[in-house]
Amino acid sequence: MSNMVNVYFYGKKYSVPGDMTIMTAMEYAGYTLSRGCGCRHGFCGACATIYRIKGDNTLKTCLACQKQVEDGMYVASIPFFPTDKRTYSINDIKPTQQIMMELYPEIYSCIGCNACTKACTQDLNVMQYIAYAQRGEFEKCAEESFDCVACGCCSVRCPAEISHPMVGLLARRLVGKYIAPETEHLKARVEEIRKGAYDDMIEKIMQKPITEMKELYNTREIEK
Amino acid sequence: MFTSEMRESIKKVEQTRAERMKTEPERMTAEEKDALLKAFHPDYRADGFAEIKVGPNKGQKAPKELTELLHSNSILLSENIDLSKIDYDCDVLVIGGGGAGASAAIEADEAGAKVVMVTKLRIGDANTMMAEGGIQAADKENDSPVQHYLDAFGGGHFAARPELLKRLVMEAPDAIKWLNELGVMFDKDEDGRMVTTHGGGTSRKRMHACKDYSGAEIMRNLRDEVLNRNIPVVEFTSAVELIKDDKGQVAGAVLLNMETGDYLVAKAKTVVIATGGAGRLHYQNFPTSNHYGATADGLVLGYRLGAPLLYQDTIQYHPTGVAYPPQLFGALVTEKVRSLGAMLVNKDGEAYAHPLETRDVSASAIIRECAEGKGVDTPQGKGVWLDTPMIEILGGEGTIEKRIPAMLRMYLNYGIDMRKEPILVYPTLHYQNGGLEIGGDGFTKAISNLLVAGEAVGGIHGRNRLMGNSLLDIIVFGRNAGKAAAAKSRTVEIGTMNLDHISAYADELKKAGIDTGKTSPMLLPKYARHER
Repeated sequence: MSNMVNVYFYGKKYSVPGDMTIMTAMEYAGYTLSRGCGCRHGFCGACATIYRIKGDNTLKTCLACQKQVEDGMYVASIPFFPTDKRTYSINDIKPTQQIMMELYPEIYSCIGCNACTKACTQDLNVMQYIAYAQRGEFEKCAEESFDCVACGCCSVRCPAEISHPMVGLLARRLVGKYIAPETEHLKARVEEIRKGAYDDMIEKIMQKPITEMKELYNTREIEK
Repeated sequence: MFTSEMRESIKKVEQTRAERMKTEPERMTAEEKDALLKAFHPDYRADGFAEIKVGPNKGQKAPKELTELLHSNSILLSENIDLSKIDYDCDVLVIGGGGAGASAAIEADEAGAKVVMVTKLRIGDANTMMAEGGIQAADKENDSPVQHYLDAFGGGHFAARPELLKRLVMEAPDAIKWLNELGVMFDKDEDGRMVTTHGGGTSRKRMHACKDYSGAEIMRNLRDEVLNRNIPVVEFTSAVELIKDDKGQVAGAVLLNMETGDYLVAKAKTVVIATGGAGRLHYQNFPTSNHYGATADGLVLGYRLGAPLLYQDTIQYHPTGVAYPPQLFGALVTEKVRSLGAMLVNKDGEAYAHPLETRDVSASAIIRECAEGKGVDTPQGKGVWLDTPMIEILGGEGTIEKRIPAMLRMYLNYGIDMRKEPILVYPTLHYQNGGLEIGGDGFTKAISNLLVAGEAVGGIHGRNRLMGNSLLDIIVFGRNAGKAAAAKSRTVEIGTMNLDHISAYADELKKAGIDTGKTSPMLLPKYARHER
C-alpha cells in the first residue's frame, strides 16, 4: 500500500492511498458514482472537478479521472453545468463571422481576464480560441479548440457567461463541413458504389469457399 | 517516474533502436498465428468461460461474468409495473446514447419518425467518445470495398456474417461522407485528400482519423446534431427491461431513473438496442479501456426477450493498454501509435513481432513475452515497451504532438514524455466481438420490430475486429437501424403490453436449478469500497 493522504470530499475528510486519482479515491472512500463519471480516461468531460489545496487560496479545476490526489485537497465535483447550447441547422448556416454574432453574441463581451484558459483541464488557450471566433477565424478557432472535451470548467469561471465549448464546436463543424477542402477521391468512390461498380465483385467474394478466402487473405499484397 | 528496473530496460531499448529501425520485423505465417492464439489468447482459457444453461444459446459458452448476468433474474421480477401509465410514446425508441444510438436517432428523425433516446449516463458517455485511432473506409484509388472485405474477413478468422460485412464495407465511404458533411474534421492534406494510415491487419492505408480524438470528434458532432434536431434525450435513465405485446412484438421498455430510483414506461413501435459493450464486466480480471457504463445491458435485455447471441465467446483485448503508471492502468494507447511507426519491444530490447499484426495476435504475443520472462515488472503486473521515440525519428520532430496529442497529454500528466522515452503497455479488455444476432437489414431474427446497432451486435466482424471497423460499424449500422426502424414503425400496431417473459425466464432458471442471487442488467460496475 502506498502512502495515505488526507483529502476532503465535499468538505468531509477521508484517508486514501496517495497514488489514486480523485475518481478512484472517491470510490475507495465508498462513493458510488453516477454523475461526474463517464469514460474514466480523459475523453468525455463528465468528471469536471474543482479543488483547492489546504492553505492555498487558489481554486483549481481538473478532470477527476486524470488527476492524482494530493494531501489536503478539498474536492467538489461539478455534476452538471448549464452550458448554453444554441440550436441551428448545419445545412442552413454559412461559415461567416455573422453566424457567431447571431448564435453566440456574448463572446463579444469577453473582458480578457483569461480565467477560461487558466481553468482549462486540457491546457488549451481558451481565450485565444474565443478571440479567433470573434474575428470569424474559424480554422484557427477549430485548431486551437480541437482537444476540448467540453468539461465546462472554462464556462464555470467566465464572468462574461460564455459557453466556450459550444463556440469551439460550432467553429469546428463549420470548418469540417464548409471550409476544409472537399475530398474528391471520397466523392468519386461514393458515386462508383452508388452506380453499382462493385456489386458483382462483392457478391463474388461473398460466395467464395473459406479455403479460397484463406488463400487470398494469406497471400494478399500489403501496401508499404 | 520510471523505476530503476524500468530505466535499465529502457537503456536496452535505446541501444537496439538504430539497428531495429533498419528492418521491418517479419509477419507471422497463418500457422504461427494459430499456434500463438491457442497458447496465449484469453479466449482460449477454458476457465474464463461457463456454459449458458437457459435461453436461445443454451449449451454454448460465454465469459463467466456474462453468463452470470444471463443466469440472473430481472430487476423487475418482484416489482409491479403499471404498463397502462405511459411516460413516453414514440415510433422509435433508441436505447443508448453512443455513436450507434445517435446515428440511429438522427436518421430516424430525418425519416420523419417520432424518436426518443434514453441513455444510462449522458449522451456521448460511450466507447465511441474514447475511440482514438480512426475509422476505415476504402475510398482511395488503390483500394476497394472488396479489398476491405478481404482484410476484415481474414482478420476476423473468416467468421463474419457475409451479409453484414458487405454492408459494412460497401457503405463505408458514404459513412465518411455523411460524417464530413455533418462537420467532422478529418485529417486532410491541402488538396482535401484524406491522410490515411495502416491499422493492424489492413492491406491498404485506409484509416481515416481526426488526430487521436477520432471518436470524440465524431461523437460530439453526432451529439450536437441530435440536440439541434430537438430529439428528446432522456439522460441518466436506463432501460431495465423490454416490454412485449400479445403479438410477440417488442413494445417499448421499462426505464429506471438512475437518480431517483423511479420506474417509467416507454411505449414504442420499434426499439433499437444500441447499448454498446461489456468492458466493465472485467472478464478474466482484465482492466478495460471502456467507459463506465459498458456492462452488456442490451445483451441481457435482448436475450431475456428471446433474441439469440452470436460469438458471445469472443472478446477483443487491445494489445496496448497502459501498463504504467498505475493511475492510467488499462487506458487505451491507440493503435495509431504503431501505425505511425512505433515498434513493440520486450525487456531485452528485442522487436519480437511485427507491430501491425491483428489485435488478437498482437495481444497474444505480448502476453507470451510477459509469461516467458521478457516483460518488465510493473506495480499491477507486467508490460512490454512501445518504442514511441521512433515516431519522432521517422516522422520528424513534432509528429507526436500533431498526430497523437491525447496520448502525449495523458502521459505528460504523469511526467512521462513519450517523445523521448518509450511507454509500457499490456493488453486491456477493449471490445466484445459478439453480441445480439441481426440480419443484413438490422433486425433481430427472433423479434420482428427489434433492431440492434453498434457494439451490441454480433457477427459483423467475426471472431476478431480490425482497428477502425468499429467506429465504422456504429455509423453504418446505426444509420441503417434508424432508417429501417422509422420505415418499420409505419406498419406496426402495438397490441396489449406485458412483461410475461420476465416470469417465464425466472421459471426457466428455476427449472435449470440456477440461482445466482443477483439481478440483471448490471447498469453500473460496483467500484465503491465499503468497509462494512
